[in-house]
Amino acid sequence: MASQEILREEPSRGSFINDPKIRGIFFQAVVVIVLVALVWWIAQNVIANLTRLRIASGFGFLNSRAGFDISESAIAYSSDSTYGRAILVGFLNTVIVAVVGIITATLIGFIIGIGRLSHNWLIRKICTIYVEVFRNIPPLLVIFFWYSGVLAVLPPPRESINLPFSSFLNQRGFYFPRAVWGDGSWLILVALLLGIAMAWFVARKARQRQMATGQQFPVFWTSTALIIGLPLLAYALSGFPLSFDYPKQSTFNLTGGFQVRPEFLSLYLALSCYTAAFIAEIVRAGIRGVNKGQTEAAAALGLRAGPILRLVVIPQAMRIVIPPLTSQYLNLTKNSSLAIAIGYPDLTAIAGTVLNQTGQAVEGVVIMMAVYLALSLLTSAIMNVVNARMALVER
Amino acid sequence: MQEHDLSFVRVEMALAQSAPPSERGLGAWIRKNLIASTGDTILTIIGIVLVAMILPQVINWAFISAQWTGTDRTVCATVAQGGIQPDGWSGACWAFVNAKFGQFMFGRYPIDERWRPILVAILFVALLVPLLIPKVPRKGLNAILLFGALPVVAFILLVGGMFGLPLVETSLWGGLLVTLSLSFVGIAVSLPVGIVLALGRRSNMPIVKMLCIIFIETVRGIPLITVLFFASVMLPLFLPAGVSFDKFLRALIGVSLFAAAYMAEVIRGGLQAIPRGQYEGADSLGLGYWQKMGLIVMPQALKLVIPGIVNTFIGMFKDTSLVIVISMFDLLGVVKQNFSDANWATAQTARSGLVFAAFVFWLFCFGMSRYSMFTERRLDTGHKR
Repeated sequence: MASQEILREEPSRGSFINDPKIRGIFFQAVVVIVLVALVWWIAQNVIANLTRLRIASGFGFLNSRAGFDISESAIAYSSDSTYGRAILVGFLNTVIVAVVGIITATLIGFIIGIGRLSHNWLIRKICTIYVEVFRNIPPLLVIFFWYSGVLAVLPPPRESINLPFSSFLNQRGFYFPRAVWGDGSWLILVALLLGIAMAWFVARKARQRQMATGQQFPVFWTSTALIIGLPLLAYALSGFPLSFDYPKQSTFNLTGGFQVRPEFLSLYLALSCYTAAFIAEIVRAGIRGVNKGQTEAAAALGLRAGPILRLVVIPQAMRIVIPPLTSQYLNLTKNSSLAIAIGYPDLTAIAGTVLNQTGQAVEGVVIMMAVYLALSLLTSAIMNVVNARMALVER
Repeated sequence: MQEHDLSFVRVEMALAQSAPPSERGLGAWIRKNLIASTGDTILTIIGIVLVAMILPQVINWAFISAQWTGTDRTVCATVAQGGIQPDGWSGACWAFVNAKFGQFMFGRYPIDERWRPILVAILFVALLVPLLIPKVPRKGLNAILLFGALPVVAFILLVGGMFGLPLVETSLWGGLLVTLSLSFVGIAVSLPVGIVLALGRRSNMPIVKMLCIIFIETVRGIPLITVLFFASVMLPLFLPAGVSFDKFLRALIGVSLFAAAYMAEVIRGGLQAIPRGQYEGADSLGLGYWQKMGLIVMPQALKLVIPGIVNTFIGMFKDTSLVIVISMFDLLGVVKQNFSDANWATAQTARSGLVFAAFVFWLFCFGMSRYSMFTERRLDTGHKR
């Protein structure tokens, strides 16, 4: 009984040192003190270094003249533009290559991923080899391979390779006809938007009717007809305003048309090929993650192979696929910064140039970090919305 | 009951009949795997066309037409380009790889001192291989030697400047030497730092938790190139004037921090997958925090996430190639640097060098992923939930 009384006298652990709460507070206090001291020390050093190097801090430099040229730009830019505009050009270039790359990588990835699950031995092996090759070599190497190994050794402009639709391929890139929109082209755009809106409306109505009565409506064909047919009709009505500017061969170069530079082309092809290998694995894991019983139950209900895949397997697989797919999209966006190695003017390359010219290292790196973080957050926000729509609705 | 001899009991088993002819042999295999349906047949034809288009060209380029020996660019250039090959020739220039092999492996490391990295490589393999084979005993000692003693020995041997070894500046290092030493240090640093970060992120202490989250999410949100820029441009600004440290070390810090953030997320996944009962069981046994984590939770969590950890390692191994942007020359960097060698510049040089580099990278990464699959199977206790 004595021991119990002793216990009652000391309900705590006996000493401060062993109390987890006090330990926690103490430990965190130490962390904060160390961190503050470190930050203060770094700040002192940075200030000292910047004064020594006579660099004014702040983002004022963004308004001064850039003085360098950029080979590819989606918006008007010349060497007289400001640093701020140069960085904007770089940002847009990053976004362009990322968006185009994501679309292509998803397409290739889904094809290869489904191919790896094919019953066909040959297709399965081809897809496996593709995945195992591209997954195990660095993306930078793939970029160099396209750039120096394939595109740089293409024939010079005079001996361009002719491709269908008056396109040409040579050392200086890929040329294809550029669409020139004449008067009244806005009608086509309006018709296209109208077609999409009507298709959406039809799909909604058809779904409601099927829910209510069980009758199906050929939504796919109707939508296709609306989305393609309406713009075509508008095109004819407005008097065929569309014409093409074809690339033409002259003595030394190709003139006219739209030129895709080898820098962009190799970055885009490399990122798509590389990321597609990862997406293929994600897709494969997603489809295999759907219980076999689901397929069998659907077959027992009398569904055929197509509808089973479309209505039963893929909706469930998408739930598994989307989170890792998001991180692959983010990886592709971040890998687009490898552009710097071949001279495609993306955000990192331009911010690096600005940083070297002005010496504003801190601001330059902060801008880079902020933009990539913002892009990452934006992509994951979009994918989270998609994910929420796909998620299991529990009843 | 009387036994009567009318009943028939079979004494010996009937021999199993062989499968019907339509179900065995090459014919059945082809029917099942290549031409099961019309769609399948079309796919097979597409596949065969693809293979027939690509494979002969690749084999021809890499082996049949390839030029294996030679001393300069003439052996890999066509007559029109000033070489000896017939016009229209297209083959790998392995002579280039052959001539530059030493550079690809060691960069500009002095030729007389190259026995040092070779010795380190031999030691590394001698310590690594027994660690990887499950049957070899004394894993603890082996690991201490590999992760404790080898780095010290390797540092002394590679850098030199003591024990009578001449100093070799890290700016002279290059090639596979840089790739491997960056990845080894990155792996050795990122795993423990990642564990600490993952524990911090799941800690009850709000300040520690917040700091870990900020670090992990920031690093994961930006490209490695930005981190390397940060390490090469901003770290010097952070230090007092006059103090500077090696570019190689800066790249090491960048790569390790980057990998640690990814590692932390992988390990956090494993920690979350451990059922609550394990934590509570450890608490009820009276184990302290580090005992609980070290003895109960971590062994289970790490085992669960082996594939993820190895994937991070592979990712880091591939990412070391990015140090080229802060003008360091790893394997890929050295290969690329040599394209501009006027003595070797031909249309085939770039392709051959890159294919060689790709093969080396592929070998290491493929090996790692296969070993991780093997470990996964070996450690699988069948307790999957």
